[in-house]
Amino acid sequence: MEGKLVLNFKELAERYEKEAEKFTRGHRLCAGCGAPIALRHMFMAAYPDNVVVSNATGCVEVSSTLYPYTSWRVPYIHTAFENAAATISGVEAMYKSLKKQGKINKDIKFIAVGGDGGTYDIGFQALSGAMERRHNILYICYNNEAYMNTGIQRSSATPFGAATTTAPAGKKVPGKLQHRKDLTAIIAEHRPDYVAQASISNPRDFMTKVRRALDKSGPSFINVLAPCPRGWQHPSELTVEMAQIAVDTCIWPLYEVDEGYHWKVNYIPKEKRPVKDWLEKQGRFKHLFSPKYEGLVEEIQKYVDREWEILLKKAEVFA
Amino acid sequence: MQKFDAFTGNLAVATAMKQINPDVCAAYPITPSTEIMMIFADFVSNGEVNTELVTVESEHSAMSACIGASLAGGRVMTATSSAGLAYMWELLSVASGLRCSMVLTCVNRALSAPLNIHCDHSDAMGAKDTGWIQIFSENAQEAYDNVIQAVKITEHKDVRLPVMVCVDGFIISHSYEKMQYMEDKEVRDFIGEFNPYRSLLNVEKPETFGAMVLPNYYMEFKRQVREGMEKARRVILDVGNEFGSRFGRYYGYFENYMLDDAEIVFVVMSSAAGTVKHVVKNLRDRGIKAGVLKPRVFRPFPAREIAEALKNSKVICVLDRAETFGAEGGPLYLEIKAALQTAKSSATIISRIFGLGQRDFLPVHVENIYKEMAGYFETGNIKMFDYVNVRD
Repeated sequence: MEGKLVLNFKELAERYEKEAEKFTRGHRLCAGCGAPIALRHMFMAAYPDNVVVSNATGCVEVSSTLYPYTSWRVPYIHTAFENAAATISGVEAMYKSLKKQGKINKDIKFIAVGGDGGTYDIGFQALSGAMERRHNILYICYNNEAYMNTGIQRSSATPFGAATTTAPAGKKVPGKLQHRKDLTAIIAEHRPDYVAQASISNPRDFMTKVRRALDKSGPSFINVLAPCPRGWQHPSELTVEMAQIAVDTCIWPLYEVDEGYHWKVNYIPKEKRPVKDWLEKQGRFKHLFSPKYEGLVEEIQKYVDREWEILLKKAEVFA
Repeated sequence: MQKFDAFTGNLAVATAMKQINPDVCAAYPITPSTEIMMIFADFVSNGEVNTELVTVESEHSAMSACIGASLAGGRVMTATSSAGLAYMWELLSVASGLRCSMVLTCVNRALSAPLNIHCDHSDAMGAKDTGWIQIFSENAQEAYDNVIQAVKITEHKDVRLPVMVCVDGFIISHSYEKMQYMEDKEVRDFIGEFNPYRSLLNVEKPETFGAMVLPNYYMEFKRQVREGMEKARRVILDVGNEFGSRFGRYYGYFENYMLDDAEIVFVVMSSAAGTVKHVVKNLRDRGIKAGVLKPRVFRPFPAREIAEALKNSKVICVLDRAETFGAEGGPLYLEIKAALQTAKSSATIISRIFGLGQRDFLPVHVENIYKEMAGYFETGNIKMFDYVNVRD
């Protein structure tokens, strides 16, 4: 089956030794950062393909390419913040052109990597354009739900009620007043070959999705949740656990949309955990538990329940 | 074997592009440059070129894709105007900073507001300090010749900086004129094969492009761009000479028209140079020592050579089709004045802003400026800065 990735523990260990090191140690990302976990799993799944990476400005970029050092053991390009998708479009177009002319014969895959700011917001237009033009690229958003690189500002991926430096929790305002934009679904509506939502807490699921995406001959998009201990205000050793609770509460469901129309939920928790379990472990939601903002946790629960129902319905109707 | 035919500026550029046969073009429509890509899209559709045409969703993405494509090791071209170049602006210094070889035709158009689709140089002048080589064209012939030469300049190993070929919107882009053009093979022999310095597609030897550079190294990168620009000076002349020896039309940094003994001199770029030359010829017929210097290469600016060419000038009027609000004069004026200061010239240099948003610039306007300049010899007074043909 296309895109199937079944690895035993030994194989996983081998890939970890060799492939994960394509994003190598020595980078300056924070202890407990979720992004490099995603990147290293991405490389494990991409094996044995040749990969070229385009990276949006952001935490990963500034922390991994501090001249004269680089963490990237694959060809890598960074040009600006809002254009990782457009930049990789050009690289892929050149590859297609040279291949057509017989000037290159190897097979290469093209991956763009951006944070949620560079993907949901300022890079949204370039991403939409690249998906619509159907370049053979995979765009991976490492989503930490705010502009962490510039110091934890709210993005359109920030959830309702989260305190950020541009939507702080104050005496009158309980942090961000808007729910996040459902970018995964918006990109799915572009009908690319493959779209998925994933989490660093579920690496096999994520790696399978990367493999499936790379095996397509058209555009694909993966939105992977990658918690940020600084922004979310949780102990750095709880990064993976925070991602796991987001999945178990259905705040961040794992699902995929294949060939534009086939919706599938990849993980349905036996027992859905209450959103409170996720919110109370993060400093950014601390104010929601003060008497002043009573009732907001229930509101978030209702929102998450409704979104989950909609997703299950989509998966049922458009299987 | 060269042939003559009628070309608009846009058709001339599109024809040059077809003959160059770039590997990738990424572009977004904007008046008046749109037509270049429309004509070129026909060449793509009919299989007359090998180009991958990426019809992006904005100029920002056009330049981003061009940078990605260039660093992936092939020949890259695009075209834009006005707001399109302004929207690319962030990426213009990325293209030069990453030492991308590419050719952009800027069909010059005014910037908003107020919205105006017609010609002036405010778009290109807004990009003059971004590390791009800038070459201005007087007519369709020069546009065609410049685009072909630009490929050789941008790809030269000592240069590796992007080149912007400027063509006046509508006045040149949409007007038909007689033009001489080469056969495809002649053009391809002239430009040769592109040998990329390095490539993103070289997966065996992975490299990081566009690293984060802190204060400890940043200035060295910028100085390298300056060095590339300095080396471009010789390359531009070599390419202009080689072009001339092959095709009979020689190109340098600028054109002198009746300049040798001229005391009253106009400095003007692009299509307006034709109007000014016409008036200057009439002045010469009347025995007046007038002349024209038409800069072709604005970046790198040929300051020393221009100062030498203007050494006999007594009164110089620099005509700018762009504003530098709040400065002493237009952008070309400031360059000329700086060049003459270095050369310790005693000439009086005045600035005149003309043709913004394609306001008419007619022989009568040049004659009026001439009268002011002639009057200066008698009275010693002249307005240092003024607008031409504008309501009070």
